[in-house]
Amino acid sequence: MQKVIGESKKSFMTGNEAAAWACLAAGADIMFGYPITPQNEIMHYWTRMAPKYGKGFLQTEDELSAGFTVCGGVQSGKKAFTATAGPGNVLMQEPFGMAEAMRLPLLAIIQQRGGPSSGTVVYSQQEVALTTYGGNGEGHRIVYSTSTHQEIFDYIIKGFNSAWKYRFPVFILGDGYQAKMREPLEMYDPESRGIEMVKSYPLIGLGGKIGQDRGPSHLCNIYSLEEELYEVITKVQAEYEAIMPQITEYEEKQCDDADIILLTHGVVSRAADDAMKALRAQGIKAGYFRPITLRPFPQKELRAAIAKSGAKKMLIAESAIGQFDRLVKQEIYGETIKIENLFMPGVGIIESDLIDKVKSVL
Amino acid sequence: MSLIRIALAGEGGQGVQSVAEILAEAAYNENQQAIYIPNFGLEQRGGVSIAFLQFSDNRIGAPKFQKADIVIALSERAVARTLSYSGQDTLYVYDSSFKVEQEELPREAKQIIALPAIDTANNELHPRVFNIIIMGAVIGLSNVVRFDSAKEALEHKLGHKFEKDPKLRELNFKALEIGREMAEKSLKEGAASNV
Amino acid sequence: MAVPTIPQSWYLPSKPHKFCPGCGHGIVLKALGEVIDELEIQDQFIFGCDIGCSLLSWNFFACDSTQTHHGRTTPVMVGIKRSRPELICLGYMGDGGGYSIGSQHLLNSAVRNEKVTLILVNNTNYGMTGGQMAPTTLPGQKTETSPYGRDPLATGYPTMGPEFIAEVTPDSAYVARGTVSKYKQLKKYIRSAIRNQMEGNGFSFVEVLSTCPTNWRTNAHQTWNFLEDEMEKYFPVGELKTPFGKGER
Repeated sequence: MQKVIGESKKSFMTGNEAAAWACLAAGADIMFGYPITPQNEIMHYWTRMAPKYGKGFLQTEDELSAGFTVCGGVQSGKKAFTATAGPGNVLMQEPFGMAEAMRLPLLAIIQQRGGPSSGTVVYSQQEVALTTYGGNGEGHRIVYSTSTHQEIFDYIIKGFNSAWKYRFPVFILGDGYQAKMREPLEMYDPESRGIEMVKSYPLIGLGGKIGQDRGPSHLCNIYSLEEELYEVITKVQAEYEAIMPQITEYEEKQCDDADIILLTHGVVSRAADDAMKALRAQGIKAGYFRPITLRPFPQKELRAAIAKSGAKKMLIAESAIGQFDRLVKQEIYGETIKIENLFMPGVGIIESDLIDKVKSVL
Repeated sequence: MSLIRIALAGEGGQGVQSVAEILAEAAYNENQQAIYIPNFGLEQRGGVSIAFLQFSDNRIGAPKFQKADIVIALSERAVARTLSYSGQDTLYVYDSSFKVEQEELPREAKQIIALPAIDTANNELHPRVFNIIIMGAVIGLSNVVRFDSAKEALEHKLGHKFEKDPKLRELNFKALEIGREMAEKSLKEGAASNV
Repeated sequence: MAVPTIPQSWYLPSKPHKFCPGCGHGIVLKALGEVIDELEIQDQFIFGCDIGCSLLSWNFFACDSTQTHHGRTTPVMVGIKRSRPELICLGYMGDGGGYSIGSQHLLNSAVRNEKVTLILVNNTNYGMTGGQMAPTTLPGQKTETSPYGRDPLATGYPTMGPEFIAEVTPDSAYVARGTVSKYKQLKKYIRSAIRNQMEGNGFSFVEVLSTCPTNWRTNAHQTWNFLEDEMEKYFPVGELKTPFGKGER
């Protein structure tokens, strides 16, 4: 595979630029996209680099088209990807649903902005419900919620592999802050770290002579009878459950002995980490749990953390009104730990917000 | 170095984001952890432009913050917009040419400083390097990066312009130096009004 | 010398407006404001805007207004007009909102000869999101997503919107292309378009060639040259279809 980075490179750039480089380093072939703030720069960087590396790009007429052109690219056996946000994410649920149904390994970078509707162009964590369970399907998706530029880079590379290995659409869930801020990261070619990139393969345009070498490939996403659909979808569910242990990722700190667990995801977990340290320094036993994959959710691991910590309370904090909270509660149904909430829809959460809240509920 | 938080604000077009970018790069080049995030609204032009900077030896947490260690307001509108970022430990800096009443300045601050940056730019240097004077002032107030790191980052960003007109390099570096001296002086004097 | 006045239909608390220096939107909205005043329709007038720079006009007029999602201004106006035919519905959008994401709505509303008026401001790029390529970007023109210049072999030729609207609409529609460099003519076209709706004839559409020095990265001279020497050469200015008798072409 083409080496794009060369020597492992320390860089200082925006999250959007890091994302574009990561897609390049991961061997992506083509990007389809449509302008929407705050992810535009992913397109800007990709379209400048594309001719140098023989990559494809098209700005489509809208997000519906961008999603479906990615589906087409993936069906033809190329590593196609897209990026969007807010109302664009809403529109893309139609093609994302098709990707779920037809097991298309697409990758989409979501840079959350304020919602609903046009909301703000800035930031939120209000696309959790949409990105994990959007469309008219059953959430057969892989969703990575990143919190640093290094993770944007690492998880895009991992994401392409998860997609092409397991054939579920993969989402890199970022946000407007991550998209626009500059911070350091280290870029690298996957091979230089011993990461083997899964090869892509076509589902149509398979080569050879039809009738002689092979039969034709007929892809569909509709069935005549309820029973047909039932069979297909229960098989997919079983497959999804079987691969969950390989894909699930999380981060846990100081949960061996905690009175309260801070439960956050994405960029908010940076503040939660600082808050946990500050609370501990003040003698308050705070623990930290952060799901990195929202789908599949690390529910076993969270239950275990709750059990061993002896914590009576858990603070779920998010820049939305309960999207992450509902996801967690669904996954850990039956747990009796008391759940407190800090909901700041569309607004950044900083460590003092969390510290004050913890003190008010303990 | 422990965490330093700086908020720079001015009119769109004054070069607030450029200064922030250069400072952040300078810090990064010194192997510090640095985060820089611009605020951005809907309009392409106009409105108050704010840059949030954080520098530290350790991994930095949330990209935004409530109270800054240093706030620099480059326009009168920016003063109003940045009041909320001033807390009891904040060095609040504005330009001495602004017509602001006592009540319009922050209620909470460690020290409020008025710098004659605009006048100096207009009379001694050039109006265009006003934001570079401010950059020098940030360094003078905080020592957040070494002076030569800032010069290097400035050269990196504007080098192509300096090639065309070497006098610009002289002008910019002078502005940087003057800004630093201005700030160091005012710290010693405890200038303008105090709370 | 007469002092220019602010149209009565302009909403003063939202002035000065937020458009960039050198943007053509201010000129178009001035012409529209004067037409609203002259036709005395301020109270029945519904102003709809899109996402993008047109969004900045959401509270521009002292008329009832509604901002919608990108490309969806046309169907919202259609919904209002079909529910309350006595209202005068005008959708205001850019080349992205009209010819890209909104193109299916534009096409279908034109085919149905919906009795709404649409003004589409064409500045050959997506302005508010930072200067990406638009359907109307000229061949060879550099934008953020055509950094090496638009290659028509790869991404097609600029959309000739009024031309295709004129093709698919019946004779009772009004279709024109104006420019911010010819104010009186532009105002005449906008007035004819709205009159077409008021008289119950059918669809009315005015594309307006406009300027965007911010994303074109041009100074005043260059901006005006690009509009007059490049855009107006590529996109012919004039009335393409009018139920009111012979137009300028």
